[in-house]
Amino acid sequence: MTTDTTKTAAVTTPAGTGSRTTGLRRLTALGGIATIAATFLSWTYTDEFPGDLTVYGYPGGLQVLTLVAGALVLLYALAALDIRGLRWLAPTGTTKALRFLALGAFGTTWFTVIAIAVELGGVVNLEPGGFVAAVASAIPLVAFLLPDDTRKASRPKEIPSWAEILIIVLAFGIGLFVVTYGIDTEYAELFTGYMITAGFAVGALFKSGIMARLSVLTTKYRSIAVAAAFVAAAAFPFTQNTDQYTLIAVNILIFATVALGLNIVVGLAGLLDLGYVAFLGVGAYTAALVSGTTASAFGVQFPFWASVLTGAAVSLIFGVVIGAPTLRLRGDYLAIVTLGFGEIFRITVGNLDGVSGPRVTNGPNGVPNIPDLVFFGYDFGESHTILGIELGGYANYYLLMLLAMILVVLVFSRAGSSRIGRAWVAIREDETAATAMGINGFRVKLIAFALGATLAGIAGTVQAHVQSTVVPEMYVFAGPVPPNSAFLLAAVILGGMGTISGPLIGATLLYMIPAKLQFLQDYQLLGFGLALILLMRFRPEGLIANRRAQLEYHETGQLDTPEGTLPDSGVGTVKAGA
Amino acid sequence: MNDMTTTTETTTPVLDAGGVTMRFGGLTAVRDVDLKVNAGEIVGLIGPNGAGKTTFFNCLTGLYVPTEGTVRYKGTVLPPKPHLVTQAGIARTFQNIRLFANMTVLENVLVGRHTRTKEGLWSALVRGPGFKKAEAASHARSMELLEFIGLQDKADHLARNLPYGDQRKLEIARALASDPGLLLLDEPTAGMNPQETRVTEELIFAIRDMGIAVLVIEHDMRFIFNLCDRVACLVQGEKLVEGTPSVVQGDERVVAAYLGTPFEADTPEKAEAPAPTEAPEPKAAPEAEAPAGTDGTAKGAEPVAETPGADKAQRTTSTEGEGQ
Ligand SMILES: Nc1ncnc2c1ncn2[C@@H]1O[C@H](COP(=O)(O)OP(=O)(O)O)[C@@H](O)[C@H]1O
Ligand SMILES: [Mg+2]
Repeated sequence: MTTDTTKTAAVTTPAGTGSRTTGLRRLTALGGIATIAATFLSWTYTDEFPGDLTVYGYPGGLQVLTLVAGALVLLYALAALDIRGLRWLAPTGTTKALRFLALGAFGTTWFTVIAIAVELGGVVNLEPGGFVAAVASAIPLVAFLLPDDTRKASRPKEIPSWAEILIIVLAFGIGLFVVTYGIDTEYAELFTGYMITAGFAVGALFKSGIMARLSVLTTKYRSIAVAAAFVAAAAFPFTQNTDQYTLIAVNILIFATVALGLNIVVGLAGLLDLGYVAFLGVGAYTAALVSGTTASAFGVQFPFWASVLTGAAVSLIFGVVIGAPTLRLRGDYLAIVTLGFGEIFRITVGNLDGVSGPRVTNGPNGVPNIPDLVFFGYDFGESHTILGIELGGYANYYLLMLLAMILVVLVFSRAGSSRIGRAWVAIREDETAATAMGINGFRVKLIAFALGATLAGIAGTVQAHVQSTVVPEMYVFAGPVPPNSAFLLAAVILGGMGTISGPLIGATLLYMIPAKLQFLQDYQLLGFGLALILLMRFRPEGLIANRRAQLEYHETGQLDTPEGTLPDSGVGTVKAGA
Repeated sequence: MNDMTTTTETTTPVLDAGGVTMRFGGLTAVRDVDLKVNAGEIVGLIGPNGAGKTTFFNCLTGLYVPTEGTVRYKGTVLPPKPHLVTQAGIARTFQNIRLFANMTVLENVLVGRHTRTKEGLWSALVRGPGFKKAEAASHARSMELLEFIGLQDKADHLARNLPYGDQRKLEIARALASDPGLLLLDEPTAGMNPQETRVTEELIFAIRDMGIAVLVIEHDMRFIFNLCDRVACLVQGEKLVEGTPSVVQGDERVVAAYLGTPFEADTPEKAEAPAPTEAPEPKAAPEAEAPAGTDGTAKGAEPVAETPGADKAQRTTSTEGEGQ
C-alpha cells in the first residue's frame, strides 16, 4: 500500500540509527512471539484461579487475551519491519500503535500474574510459565525506544468495491465478536483483562490510522455500513445460549437509548438536564399502568403500540410542562431546577400510594407483575426458534429495544443536521447572538427538551415490560445501578457530546463495568469519579470526538477531511460516527 | 444578491426611532434619541466610548426594551423581541464578535438563514422533497454570501479559528443571510489593519448597492466620513449633532466631545489641534472633564481621554466588556 516507511526511515534517520530502529523492531516482534509462546505454558498449579491456566499447550481464560495481545504486537512489529502485505495495517505509522499494543500485552499479562499471586496468596502459586510470560510480555515495551514514525496517510490502493464492502462487513463482524466476548465474560478477572487488551488494542488501531481509513469506507458506503452495524447488533442474541447475558444487553440498549436522547438535550442544545431519568420513569410508569397488571389502578390493557404512544405522549406532556417554566432559565439554574423536578417525580410516585396521596402507583412498592408483551400472538416472554436457533425471551426484547434505539439514532442524526439542529447548536454556543439571528430561543429549546423527553418515554415503555416491575427507586438522580440521571449524563460526556456513537459506547462501558466488576461495589463510584476527572483532564471531548469538539479542544486549524474529499452530505450540524 | 428588497420610492424611512430612552437604574445610557435611516442610506453613529451607541443598537434590535420611545421599521412598530426584529428585517453585528465559535463558517451563515426558512422538526425527521429543496437553497444562498465576503474557501473552518478580520466579515455575512432591509454594524473595523478597513469600506458600499440601508457605529473618523451619507454624534446618551459628514466634522462640540475637554477649559494642547505626539495629555483630560459631567455620572469620563487622531488606541480600549 505504501513505501513510505522505508522512505521516512531513510530520509529522516542516519544509517546508524536506521539499523538500530530495525533492531528494536525485530526485538519487539520477538517479544510478541515470546508472549504468544508463553500462553501455551502453564501459569499456575491449581485451577482455583478461574479460567484454568494450568494446562500446557492450550491457552485458556486470560491466557487467550494475552495471546491476542501478543499476536497483535507481532503483527504490527512485522508491519513496522515492512513485511510485504502487512503495510495496510498502519497507514499513519506503526510506532504509536506498537506502544499501545505493547502496553496492552504487558498490562494484560502482568494483571493476570499479579491477580494469581494475590488471589491465591503469594508468588509461589506461579508456575515458571507465569514468570516466562511476565518477562516475555515486557520485551515489546522496547517499542518506547523506537523513533516516532507518524506520517500522513498516503492514498489507499484502489481496490474493487466488493472488496471494500467486504472489509466493512468484516470490520462489523469483528466488532460484534469483540463486544459479545466482553458481555459474555464470566468472571471479573477475565473482564478486567478484556478491558485492558481491548482498550489498548482499540487505541492502537486509532493511532495506526486504520480506523480513519475504515471510516472513509463507511462514509463512502454509508447505507451498507449502517445496515452492517444493524445486522451485527441484531445478530447478538443469536450468539447466546442463555438469557443471562441477553438481559445485560437489553439493559445496555435501554441505557444507551436514553443516553442518546439526553444527548439531544445536552450535546446539541446545551441544556444541562440533571433530572432526565424522570422521563424514562414517566414512560415506564405509564406503560405499567396501562399494561393490564392487577397492581394497576386502571383496569385497562392497551396493546403495545397504544401503550408506546401513550407513554410517549405523557412524557411529551411532562417535558413541555416542566420545560415551559424552566427553560427561561439559563445554565446552572436550569441544571438545579431539572434536578429538583427529577426528584419531585420520584418522590411523587413514591407517595401516590393511597396513604399519603391518591392510590395510583402503589408508592414505594411500585407496579409489579407487568405482563410480557404479545404481538399478534407472539409472546415476548417465551422462547422462540428462529433460523434453527433457540432465542430466549429477552432476545425478543433485545430486538424490540434495538428498533427503539434505531429510531432514536435516526431522530438524532436527522434533527441534528437540519435547520432546527443548527438552531440548537447556535443556542448552545451563544444564546444572545442566536436570538439576534432570528431564533426563538425559548421555542427551540422547548422542542429539544420535549423531544428528549418523548424519546426517553418510549424507551421507558419497553423498560417496564423488560423489568416487569417499576419502582420509584429505579429513577434516582445518582445510584450504583444505571440508568440514573448522573450516569446518563456521564455516558454522554464520557462517550462524547453531540455524537451518536459516543453515548452508545459510554453507556455500554458504564453499564458493563459495574455489572461485571461487582467486587468493586463501594469503590465503584469513587473509581468512576476519578475516571471522569482524568478523562476531562486529558480528553475533554470524550472518547469519541465530535468533529467539531475535536477542533475545539485540540486546535488543529481546520477540519481534516480525509484525502481532501468532503463527505457529500455537506456540513451538517452533526457528523455522527457510524 | 438579486432578490433583495430593493429601495422603494416611498418616503417612509427604513428605520424611524423616536424618543428612545434607556435607563439602567439611575444611569440614563440613552436619552431621547431620534434617528431616521432612509432607504439606500449609510448612516454613521459616532461618539466617545460609553456614549450609549451600543445600548442604542440594543434598543433597536430588541435586546433591550427601551424605557421610553418607539422604533419603527418601514412604518411598523417593532416588537421588543430580538428574533422578531430580525424576522422583520433588521440584522446586526456585535461590537465584541459573537460568532458561534464552534460551528463552521458555513454553518454560521446557515444559522443566519433561520428566519427565512421554516422547516421544523417534523420535516427534518421526515426529510421530504420540500426539506431537501429548502436545505439546498439555504446552502446555495449561504455559499453565495461567503463568496460575497470572500470566505468561500474557508467554509469548512471553525469560526473560532478564523483571523480576527475574517471573523468580523463572517458576522456581516451571517447578518446578511437573514435578507435584512437594514443592517446595523457595531464597530465593524475594530481591530482591523488599514488595509482590511479599506476592504470593509468597499464591502459596506456593496451592501448598500444591494439595497440594504446601513447604520454603522465606528470610531475610525476617516472611515466614517468616507462612507456615510449622514452622521449622528452621541455624547453621554444624547444626540449632539446630526448632519452630513462635513457638518459633523466641523462641529466644535463634536471635536470637544472627542477631545474630552469642555469648551471653556482652554488647555494649550487642545488649541494646537490633535498632534500624535501628545502622549501625556490623556492623563490630564479626565480631570478636566469631570466638572463638566452634567448628570453627575462619571461613566463617560474615563474613555473620553482620547483624541480623534488616536482612534487606533481608542479602538482597543473600546473592545472590552461593553455592549452585547
Ligand atoms: N445592561 C446594562 N446595565 C447597566 N449599564 C449599562 C448596560 N449596558 C450599558 N450600560 C451603560 O451604558 C453606557 C453606554 O454604554 P454603551 O452603549 O456600551 O456605550 P458605547 O457603545 O457608546 O461605547 C455605559 O455607561 C454602560 O456602562
Ligand atoms: Mg459600543
